[in-house]
Amino acid sequence: MSTDWERYGIAPQRSALPEPTGPTPSQTVGPYYEIGMSWMGAEGEQLVPPDSPGAIRLGGRVLDGNGDPVPDAVLELWHPEVGWGRSLVDATGTYRFSVATVPYYALDVFARGTLQRLATRVYLPPADDGDELLAGLEPDRRATLVAVEADGGLRHDIRLQGEGETVFLVW
Amino acid sequence: MNLDPPYDFPPYRSTALRHPTRPLVPMAPGPVETSGPLLGGGRVRPGDHDLTRQGGGEPLGERINVSGRILDAAGRPVRGQLVEMWQANAAGRYHHRVDQHPAPIDPNFAGAGRCLTDDEGRYRFVTVLPGPYPWGNHPNAWRPAHLHFSVFGTAFAERLVTQMYFPGDPLQAHDPIFHGVRDPKARQRMIAALDWATTEDSFALGYHFDLVVSGRLATPTES
Repeated sequence: MSTDWERYGIAPQRSALPEPTGPTPSQTVGPYYEIGMSWMGAEGEQLVPPDSPGAIRLGGRVLDGNGDPVPDAVLELWHPEVGWGRSLVDATGTYRFSVATVPYYALDVFARGTLQRLATRVYLPPADDGDELLAGLEPDRRATLVAVEADGGLRHDIRLQGEGETVFLVW
Repeated sequence: MNLDPPYDFPPYRSTALRHPTRPLVPMAPGPVETSGPLLGGGRVRPGDHDLTRQGGGEPLGERINVSGRILDAAGRPVRGQLVEMWQANAAGRYHHRVDQHPAPIDPNFAGAGRCLTDDEGRYRFVTVLPGPYPWGNHPNAWRPAHLHFSVFGTAFAERLVTQMYFPGDPLQAHDPIFHGVRDPKARQRMIAALDWATTEDSFALGYHFDLVVSGRLATPTES
């Protein structure tokens, strides 16, 4: 015999689900992002194949407010004419990409200890001083957005806090 | 109130040395930030959405179906786009060398899945309910059960990494990461709803979780 569920008001209901009421907030990527974000392997770091003509190595370290390497961060790089890439830093906080020459890339840093992405840009040298963003910055701050030539490639450290702190962006 | 959590949030200790001390530089997003990658075909294999079928046998835990939509701030679906998800196992242990919590590793549960959204922005995962777990933030710090989500909009500016929580979890009230989001209404938007429509009789509970990627491109309507 079936129960008159409605009488008791406890029946499983196929009622309408709540519609979203606004943007979903950000949360930290945490220390275990490798589980979900490492599936691309080294190919994820190659916006262009490293042996292709004009390919440039772009890498550096992510450093915290003590100047210590951040060993649990993931960086994502994007330019519409080149593509997208992701690099998970190693134990020394070092990331690496293979890129092509464009004026700049959009760059996101995610890490344990950051509740939301840190958005920035990395400009390839020689950066255009007339660039709207760069032109509005003091020289020492501007320098934190521009990669430097080193060892046949480009080096760009990200300083999350303190001396030489990288310029982070909001829009 | 600001939608996203502050970079400097003392209750979450790891923010101390990792937050910028200089103000963020406001700018109009350029053509690089307003465009974005479509991480679609070729990156996901059939079955990647099912975390219960990636080992030699079935993982332990309460089987759940998790589904919802990825929408932009205007409510438009994000189509054919990559969704990444990772989590602890039913005992609250991550399959990761850094995780030293003395709870058992489940040999049948790696804890990561991927899928692509359909034409209506819908995604779907099959997995097990993650357990809560202790962490070193403060004495008796326990993370509420959660799934990590990594989603993309159509613009790089809309990139979102967040966590999905489960309804009715008493640990949420004590979690610095959850409370990093200061607006209580915005916090509620990180909690999934029990979903009878995707609950399968005698098999799995369903949870519904929509993600709205605003990318700070639209002003939040919350006061």
